[in-house]
Amino acid sequence: MKRLLDVLREDCRLTGTKEGCGEGECGACSVIVDGEVVNSCLIPVCQVEGSSVTTVEGLALNDQLSPLQRAFLEYGAAQCGICTPGMLMSAHALLLRRPHPIRNQILEAIAGNLCRCTGYTKILDAIAAVSSGNINKPDQSE
Amino acid sequence: MIRLQHNVVHRPRTIDDACTLLAEYGPSAQLLAGGTDIMVLLNAGLLQADVFIDLWPLDELRGIDDLPDSLRIGALTTFSQILRSPAVERFAPALAAAARTIGAAQIQNRGTIGGNIANASPAADSLPVLSCLDADIELASVRSRRRVSIHSFHTGYRKTALAADEMIVAVHLPKTRTDERIEFYKVGTRRAQAISKVVLGARMQIAGGIVEHIALAYGSVAPTVVRARAAEAILLGQYPSPELASRAVAALDRDLKPITDLRSSAAYRRRVAGNLLERFLRKALQH
Repeated sequence: MKRLLDVLREDCRLTGTKEGCGEGECGACSVIVDGEVVNSCLIPVCQVEGSSVTTVEGLALNDQLSPLQRAFLEYGAAQCGICTPGMLMSAHALLLRRPHPIRNQILEAIAGNLCRCTGYTKILDAIAAVSSGNINKPDQSE
Repeated sequence: MIRLQHNVVHRPRTIDDACTLLAEYGPSAQLLAGGTDIMVLLNAGLLQADVFIDLWPLDELRGIDDLPDSLRIGALTTFSQILRSPAVERFAPALAAAARTIGAAQIQNRGTIGGNIANASPAADSLPVLSCLDADIELASVRSRRRVSIHSFHTGYRKTALAADEMIVAVHLPKTRTDERIEFYKVGTRRAQAISKVVLGARMQIAGGIVEHIALAYGSVAPTVVRARAAEAILLGQYPSPELASRAVAALDRDLKPITDLRSSAAYRRRVAGNLLERFLRKALQH
């Protein structure tokens, strides 16, 4: 019974998804299954039969970072980077359900993702910026 | 790291098929629901099983039925589904409150009510609510369907009344009356992703000024979730007062057997258990 996390990282070579604790405490391995954020270390791969799985690699479109990813860059919401893919997936799942969350809803949405660098403030600011449309558009000239 | 590739996993599509598999394999089979407990044990090498019966595809086991006198919650219903259910919010808001404190979104999206019951942890957050609401657990096997009271389901530390060929199919929650006060309190190190130090599910009805009904169910302070029968007996049939509340809190000494472990100390748990009861009684009497 392989874990979804191992199939993603080792069989699909999608190494954006990280392993942190391996016991559902840290959220580093968060991915979205059928619209809901889950810990891929706790999912036997048989349970995603027929499901749609989105990893951090699936956020960018046509080599263009998603608004959420750009906001993380712009607001300094990533430091060491280990929590970042999971944090992005939890935030993405929130914005799918609620495009304009209030701050408490953002806090609740990332409560299962531990970050030991940022103190969370910049992560909250980045997610709030996406919800309010307050981020720069990607540079079209490049 | 890749582990555990050589297990046999059965994925039945009906409850009958699941029961047939359970009857065939008995105790050598491990049931699997949302995986939030089982996968942790597997990843840590703490669970050996040759055969898994994966219930996740069993839609028959999902859903919340709003019946005339009760809610019937399918065993595979996740805590996210529970906390978003209008029927639960209306008839059992304390269960929604408990669901909100279980792990965080990732766990709530996979963890199931049946799994929380079967895992039989004394720290399981949904169980004090089920206990104070006098829930019944519906079990199925190839032999029969039966209902067992939550009070007799957990028979000891991590032990249940489930036979080797039985599985949980649903929980039945009697609807509470609108004049009853029901609260859920959880104390842990932080609000999300914390295993409880003390949990209380409390329910009280006052009629004619006296305590007509009282149910106090504690988690994380004994080998199983327990009802505080001595404290309940002190409160039942009495006119509530601060003095009565103090006697009920003192009686918790007879009801609770807290231990010192990684998460907390026995003394802290005993103190907090009393504080939560005082808080509940004070709030309940304001109404």
